[in-house]
Order: sequence, then structure tokens, then C-alpha cells
Amino acid sequence: MSQPKNSYLVPTFATLSAIGFGVTLWLIYEYAPLDRVLFFNQKIFYFHVAHAFLLFVAVGVCGFGSVAFLKTRKPKWDDLALASAEVAVAFGAVVLITGSIWGKAAWDIWWSWEKRLTMSLLLWLTLVGYVLVRRFAGASADRLAAMLAVFGTVGVPFVYFMVDRSDRHPQSGAEGVVAKSQGEIKIVMWLCVATFLCWFLTLLIARIQSVRAEREVRELRERAMDTGVLQ
Amino acid sequence: MPDAPAGHTIDRVEITKVAKRYGNERALAGVTVELAGKSMCALLGHNGAGKTTLLGILSTLVRPTDGSVRYRSATAEIRDADVRREIGMLAHSSLCYPELSAYENLEFFAGLYGVDGSSTALGAVLDRVGLEPRARTRAARTYSRGMVQRLALARALLTKPSLLLLDEPFTGLDRGGAIALGTELGKLRDDGAIVVVVTHDLEAIAGRADHVVILRRGQLVFEERGSYDYERLKDVYHQHAN
Amino acid sequence: MSLLRQAGRVAWKDLRIELRSKEIIYTMVFFGALIVIIFTIAFPRDVRLARGAAPGMLWSAIAFTGTIGLGRAFDRERENDTMRALLLSPAPRLAIFFGKAIGICALVILVTFVCTFLLSLLLGLSFFAHPLPLACALLLGAIGFSNVGTVFAATLLKVRSRDVLFPVIVYPLLVPMFIMGLYATDYLIAEKPNLDAAWEWIGFLGIYNGAFLVVSVWTFESVVIE
Repeated sequence: MSQPKNSYLVPTFATLSAIGFGVTLWLIYEYAPLDRVLFFNQKIFYFHVAHAFLLFVAVGVCGFGSVAFLKTRKPKWDDLALASAEVAVAFGAVVLITGSIWGKAAWDIWWSWEKRLTMSLLLWLTLVGYVLVRRFAGASADRLAAMLAVFGTVGVPFVYFMVDRSDRHPQSGAEGVVAKSQGEIKIVMWLCVATFLCWFLTLLIARIQSVRAEREVRELRERAMDTGVLQ
Repeated sequence: MPDAPAGHTIDRVEITKVAKRYGNERALAGVTVELAGKSMCALLGHNGAGKTTLLGILSTLVRPTDGSVRYRSATAEIRDADVRREIGMLAHSSLCYPELSAYENLEFFAGLYGVDGSSTALGAVLDRVGLEPRARTRAARTYSRGMVQRLALARALLTKPSLLLLDEPFTGLDRGGAIALGTELGKLRDDGAIVVVVTHDLEAIAGRADHVVILRRGQLVFEERGSYDYERLKDVYHQHAN
Repeated sequence: MSLLRQAGRVAWKDLRIELRSKEIIYTMVFFGALIVIIFTIAFPRDVRLARGAAPGMLWSAIAFTGTIGLGRAFDRERENDTMRALLLSPAPRLAIFFGKAIGICALVILVTFVCTFLLSLLLGLSFFAHPLPLACALLLGAIGFSNVGTVFAATLLKVRSRDVLFPVIVYPLLVPMFIMGLYATDYLIAEKPNLDAAWEWIGFLGIYNGAFLVVSVWTFESVVIE
């Protein structure tokens, strides 16, 4: 049996992620300077922000896939939307957990209604809803979830705007750190983003491939039953 | 006031390689068949064979995953809302509002379809299906099962459909009722309509259907035009539906 | 215009049915009142604290009551598969959407009025100091809820876990709207009302509603068919 044509993608991205993970970890501890205000616990910010950035990318991909699916009803767009939503839930959880850890370490609170966290939470809830709909809505789950994703994506600017306007934590720390970043911090930050982008792509492509494999098996099974090879 | 353009009756329906997938489940796999005017088609098969799905696709309420359905009049192709204007449906549920009376139900649907909703027109349809005049102003939830069936039929006939789709219409009817319905359907066919009946009740459809289509596990396994008495229908069914 | 006329037909049909039994009206109003009462008992009645919590109480009561009413309204279309009859007709699918949304909106507005009045009474706060902006905020809230709610209630009609899935889907989508409405209400009932800020939030509510209405109109037809 020959290898399917895109089978090099997942191993490639996985390797890149692994390398990137190692490199960035080293850089975070050895190369990046300590933040003047927050010192050591600021280091979690590299992973936190990288995941937050990719959470938004994932939401965008899910929204795009959903619109394409609603217009064309081609399964490949649905696969993309589903895979990106699932990966987004995972990344979103990381954002919320790292944000919480950071908050506890830096300001001694487990949660704050700071704008980035709030926004990530709302997006994450919408995505969890998406995954629940896919699991439990039965036959029409794909179009239902697609519609949810479209509404959710359109709502993102409103969520951002609303959270921005009502942010009652002027020195939320995250803003301060990103804005006043020195060169070294920025370099490590973007390397982290690149690493987790590779990781995101690894998970996304792996998930899409697994959905396609399932579908192929199902179709083969149907064809076998039709021709009487299988009972 | 009515928006309906004239002269758009459906003469022919071309179903080409129609397939439907519900998530993981394949309901229909590449069905191709042509329905012609002035005929009654019996769509047969076991449960889960795909009959209801095919009927759903014909009624435009289900979008096929693959393939196409084309509705043609004598001169052109009919699409979208114009197709729906020509379709009548009779299902197991009444498709009518129980809180409204027969008149109110028919008046509402007449408005939606853009056909004559005057009390004379409605009265004529209700006469045709045999719904007693005293019941026509009572709420439909007070009707007996037979009366509900009549109202449902009136709703389907009100718009003078050229494509009539029926999903298990004989269920719950006694022998007399089934015969009466069968006769009415035969009349509609003779008037030029395309009638498609999904049913398990071979006796009710015997002697009337002139086109038999049998589905099995989503595929078309038998299609033939001709006359079918009960015995022949039973044979053909048992031979192919399993 | 055919779309509006057909939508009107659908809405009028719903109204006629509802006026016969008044089932949804009675249950929604009662449920809304009940929620308001529970909230006012559960939360402190010190006026300063109440003033802060009141907008949240009001908007939450509206959200919960609206969900119940919407569920019942669409139950009616499921009973005898009449939704199929509506979709089968040549009436534009959007007419069905607008017709049903208008019906729900009317019910939500009624309940909003009752809840606002009751809350005002129970907390001893005046909600009606600035009736026009408040009415705008609440009206936009009702429209937004009816819009999103109708789209998803119609598509969830035949789904088995619809009662649970509906809030799961709809509430996160409506959060921005509720929060904007909440802030507007907050500015209006504060000890020193800030009308400019309130109108600003109301403006954003309007934009949000507009955006979601456009999305509904684009997608409704393609999702309500299987």
C-alpha cells in the first residue's frame, strides 16, 4: 500500500515544533532578559501570548471554513472547520490556564476580568459550544455548527470592542509587557509564536487526515456491502 | 394579489444520480429515475431504504449531497419558489395547525401559495374531501383522525399541485378510507398530475400505480412501468426489496 | 413587497393562535416575574448594592424567559410538522424567519416591560427616569435575542438535544449584546445618570444587531434546509 500524498506534512511540522519548543525554552531561560517589573513569572507570557495569538488564528480558520462549507457544502471545508475548532479548544484552554497561573503568580489572583482573558474565555465558550454541537446534534450537526461558527466569528470584533471599552484593569501587566518589550523579548516572543504555529498545524493536519481516513473507510465499507463482499 | 405565474405545471421530473449523506450515514446512493406526468409512482422499500429521503429531496426540503433534480414543464425548466408552488404533500402528520379551524388553516395556506382563499373556493375543496360543514369552523384539534386526514388532503389539493408527494398516506386509515383515498389519487393522476406514493400498504396502491420504483439500502434496485395488481406487486416487492 | 406580506401572514397566524389560548403569554410573564422575585430575594436589598446588581437581574430575567418562550413557540411548529408545511410553500424562507422573529420579539418586549416594572417596584429603584434611552436599549436587546434565537430555534427544530443545545449555542453569542445593554442600563439608573455614555452603548447595540441581522439573512435559507 503506497503512502497517501500528504503524509509528510504531519511529521515535518511535528519535528519543527519539537525543535522550536526546545530552542525557545532554552532562549526563554538563557537569552531573554528578566522583566523589570514582574521578574521571573513573566516568562510564562511567551507561551500564553503565543497560544492566545493562535487561538484567534484558529477561530478565523474555523469561521472561514464554516462560511465555505455553508456556501459549497463540500466536506473538505467542514473538516477544516471541525479540526480548527477542536485545536482551538485545546489552545484556548492553555491560554486560560496559563493566564490564571500567571495571574496568581504575579498579582495573587486566580482570575481577573482583564480584557484578553475575558475575550479568550468568551471565544473559548463559543468553540466548546461548537464541539458540543458536533457531538450531540445528530445528522444536521455540520450545518448547525457552521452557522454557530459564522455568528461567533462575526461577533469577535464586538467582543473585542466591548471588552476593550470596559476593561477595568488599566495595568493588566500583559499590555505593559508587550508594549514596552525590548528587542530580545520580541524576538523570543515571535519565535514562540512560530513554534506553536507549527504545533497548531501539526494538530490541525493530523486531525483533518484522521477525519478523511474515517470517511474513506466508511465509503469502502459501503461499497463492499453494496457489492456483497461484506455482509 | 396572488403572485403565482400561470402555466407552470410540472410535466416531468428528472432525478439524476441523486445521493444523500447524513453525517456518517448514507441514505441514498446515486439514484436515477424519471417521473412523467399523468402517472402514479409507487416508491417501495423496507424501512431505511431511502424512500423518505428521496421524497424529501423531491419536495425540495432536502438538499442532495450529489446529483440533481430537474423539474420541467412542457416548455421550460421550473426552479425554486415556482417548483414549490406546484408541489403538494401529504404526510403522516397533518401539516395543519390544531388550534385553527379548517377554514382558517386553508385560508392561511391559500395566502402563502397565492391561490384563491375565498370561502367559496375553500368550501369547494372541503366538499371534495368530504369534511362535514359543521366541523369546518371548529379548531382542528377537536377532529377525529379521519377528519384530520381529510383536512390534510384538502390542504394538499387546495393549491392544485402538479406534483403530489405522499408519505405513508394510508397509515391509520380503515379499508374504506384507503380505497377512497386511492380513488382520489387516481383521479388526480388522470387529470395530469405526477403522483408519488411512499407506502407499505401494497393492497391500497395495487391496481392504481403504473410505475413502480423499489429502493434497497439507498440504491435503486427495480424500476418498471406497467399495470400491477396486488399479486404482481407483492411478487416484485419480495423479489427486490430484500 | 411579497416578503413582508408573507412574513406578516406568518406573524399574524402565530398571533391568532396565541391569542386563543394565551398559553405562552401567561407562562412567559409568570416565569419572568418569578425570576425577578427570586433574584431580588437572593441578592441584598441595600439600595446602593441593588443599583449595581439591578441591570444584571433584568437582563438575565429577559434572557431566561425569552429562551422558554422561544422553545414553546417552536414546539408548536413541530407538533404537526407544520414547519415543513411552511418551508414547502412558495413563500420565501426569509419571510418565515421574519414572521416568527417578529412574533417572539413581541412576546419578549411584553415580558421586558413586566420585569422592568416589577424590578423597579421590588427594589425601590426608578428605572423610568430616562424612559426613551432605556426603551431603546431594551428594544434592541429584544430584537437581538429574537434574531439569533429564531435562527437557531428553527434549525434545531428536529434535533434531539435541542433543549440543552439551544442555550449552549445562543448564550455565548448573545453575551456581547447583553453586556452592552447592561452597561447602558447601568448608566441610566445610576445615581448620577450618564446619558451620553448610555447612548453610546445603545449605538453599539444597534450596530451589533445590524451585523447579526445581516448574517441571519445571508445564512438562514441555506441552513434551514437539510
